Amino acid sequence: MKITSERDLAEAIRGAEHGLRIRGGGTRTPGKQEQGEVLDVSAISGIRLYEPGALTLVAGAGTPLAEIEAALGAEGQRLAFEPADWRRLLGREGEPTLGGIVAANSSGPRRVQAGACRDALLGVRFVDGTGAIVKNGGRVMKNVTGYDLVKLMAGSWGTLGVLSEVSFKVLPAPEAVATLTLHGLDFATAGAAMSHALRSPFEVTGAAHGQGRTMIRIEGFAGSVAYRAGQLQSRLARYAPAEIDHDKGRNDANWRDIRDVAPFHGAAGDVWRLSVKPSDAPGLVERAGARDAMLDWGGGLIWLLTPEGTDLRARLGHFDGHATLIRAGQETLARIAAFQPEPASIAAISKGLRARFDPRGILNPGLMG
Amino acid sequence: MDLPIPNPEILSRRAMIVAALRSELPEDAVIDDPAETLAYECDALSAYRCPPLAVVLPRSTEEVAAALRICHGAGVPVVPRGSGTSLAGGALPTADSVVLAVTRLNRVLEIDYDNRFVRVEAGRTNLSVTGAVEAEGYFYAPDPSSQLACAIAGNIAMNSGGAHCLKYGVTTNNLLGVTLVLMTGEVVTIGGAHMDAGGYDLLGLVCGSEGQLGVVTEATLRILPKPEGARPVLIGFNSNEVAGACVADIIKAGVLPVAIEFMDRPCIRACEDFAHAGYPDCEALLIVEVEGGDAEIDEQLGLIRQIAMRHDPVAFRESGSAEESRKIWLGRKSAFGAMGQINDYMCLDGTIPVSSLPFVLKRIAEMSGEFGLDVANVFHAGDGNMHPLILYNANKPGDLEACEAFGAEILKLCVEVGGCLTGEHGVGIEKRDLMSVQYADEDMEAQMRIKDVFDPKWLLNPAKVFPLAQSAGRRGA
Repeated sequence: MKITSERDLAEAIRGAEHGLRIRGGGTRTPGKQEQGEVLDVSAISGIRLYEPGALTLVAGAGTPLAEIEAALGAEGQRLAFEPADWRRLLGREGEPTLGGIVAANSSGPRRVQAGACRDALLGVRFVDGTGAIVKNGGRVMKNVTGYDLVKLMAGSWGTLGVLSEVSFKVLPAPEAVATLTLHGLDFATAGAAMSHALRSPFEVTGAAHGQGRTMIRIEGFAGSVAYRAGQLQSRLARYAPAEIDHDKGRNDANWRDIRDVAPFHGAAGDVWRLSVKPSDAPGLVERAGARDAMLDWGGGLIWLLTPEGTDLRARLGHFDGHATLIRAGQETLARIAAFQPEPASIAAISKGLRARFDPRGILNPGLMG
Repeated sequence: MDLPIPNPEILSRRAMIVAALRSELPEDAVIDDPAETLAYECDALSAYRCPPLAVVLPRSTEEVAAALRICHGAGVPVVPRGSGTSLAGGALPTADSVVLAVTRLNRVLEIDYDNRFVRVEAGRTNLSVTGAVEAEGYFYAPDPSSQLACAIAGNIAMNSGGAHCLKYGVTTNNLLGVTLVLMTGEVVTIGGAHMDAGGYDLLGLVCGSEGQLGVVTEATLRILPKPEGARPVLIGFNSNEVAGACVADIIKAGVLPVAIEFMDRPCIRACEDFAHAGYPDCEALLIVEVEGGDAEIDEQLGLIRQIAMRHDPVAFRESGSAEESRKIWLGRKSAFGAMGQINDYMCLDGTIPVSSLPFVLKRIAEMSGEFGLDVANVFHAGDGNMHPLILYNANKPGDLEACEAFGAEILKLCVEVGGCLTGEHGVGIEKRDLMSVQYADEDMEAQMRIKDVFDPKWLLNPAKVFPLAQSAGRRGA
């Protein structure tokens, strides 16, 4: 079913008799294929308001990310949280949409400095499972009027409501960028080097490790970038000599690869994504015994490529954080939950929220446990 | 501002309720002497006062859980309280409620520089969180002006901001985890040292929920390495419009100052008389602060100077020393004290799109004439968070009512231009009855459903945030 307006969306949900699979661009939803009619909301699209001087943008949830990036780019601005494109990782077609990014709370390497998608999200309009149209937040940067359902909607994968409009805080794109690359560090040393960089006052906007390379990114005005890169180079000399690359094209490509987990594209195996306490990352990577591993967010985010069917959670035992099975075969997904099971007290709250926002259980049933 | 009529049935059980609390809590953790409960009759919205039934001052999460379990069993409303600095009446009791103050929960539990977080008990004051880590070169970013006194628990309840959140975000952007005690006494851990929520973003939901979902007893907070340096510049203009345009141009140019503060003429005058900071005599004043190493600061201030000069400022004063920086901030930081010396005042907190700044300031000046009350404006211009201070005389009959009516009109104007009722103070009782200006019934219904999940009996701070008529059915009123 193709939806073209918020009103149609409300009507479709009110009239639904069975489960609905909510789809924006269809590029990122993990988990097993569920039954149900596809509700395609990609046509609720278009930029409704963009004020570069106020750093705010409002758009229909189905608006393609590419359209947003083009409009922002023309004004020298961007979405600072660096949403990821998982098409090649998951082998999907389609056009990533703003609503999908919000539903997944998708944030790239700059999360360590600029915050997550949910931190840049200022307002939402959505239709809940009863068909009611709800708005929350707005288009101003500071807003504590009532409860923050904006955060709740980010990362709820369409299970509490279907987004129709989102508003974002955007930021100026920097004049210059540089990356320091250290070669040959093991995971423990790389973790220490990234922590060292993030503990400095030099405003690191990316800290990642994989394929034997540890990469630290600096952005800003040209003079400032050169100064901070030099400072970091000397502070990190104890770990390894760092090469500094100021080329914008190469920097963009390298960090896009990290953001989109390029080393795992086309590689056989399941893909896991772990959010952890950064200093726990090297130990977890070792315990996981994966085919390949990559750290982002200074170690706070671990990407693992494991042999098909590995129950990683069983293997790791308890750790602070959570693991999501992003890519696996249907047989594995039938056996292993894509989303981390929650402790009973939290699960009861989640269940309560879902029961109230979607009492008939029709929004993406089966997703998020 | 109405508060629900106290439930006589609860009042009649007062002795029993206090005895039950005493049976599980230490002697000095339960207060019922009317002379002592009087100290908890209001918060910083002192125009409204009501002593509670009793006050509990627990020292641990377990004691908080015990107090809540007892009140839950007895059907008694609980009003959580941090340091009582809310400007919105968030900690205002009702006569039939127990105030639960977390001030004694003030320890630092864990400091982790490698992972850049600190875990503290929630009664700890905002400034003392930074105090615990600054020797190592770190700070906790959100800086509400009450930061010397206000508690992290209250910061979380109201999702507090401050002057520097243009760059660093507000509480919700700096909060990693909480220990939350539900009204039933059940203890829940949400988040931790990792960055993103696993399932639903319950942390984002709890932050800013005004003590209506649970009592936060511990918090994991993100700490940041201090910048190498910071330097403010003071820019004076002969009109609010031009100052507003300069703010937009600075932001568009890609400079991201840590703070852009705006003061209008009445505020500049009052501050100058009070603090003698040497401010120029003009219509509008901006204080813009940037951070970094010396060369980086020079680069940013050079750009800001270029932009400002295009707007023909009457003054441009760049700080050349720590002493000059102090003087530039002195007037701004004493603004509220300066106003308080002249008059009683009500401080509003609406946020507007930055582009509407000149229009809104013009309308406020017109309304000031209509209501016959003076108003001074001081606010965080970079993010559009306004703080109009309406001056009134508390001893003059009718003045408070006129002031509230004027305030309501200003907040309606904020919503009309695309903004909101409150940017960092919270709704509390102060803006409760204006919620319907910003939100339709369905919007509030969706929010109230959240409380239904966390606190089905609606016992936690029940008379706040939602218009009383809206929440009546749920409160059992």
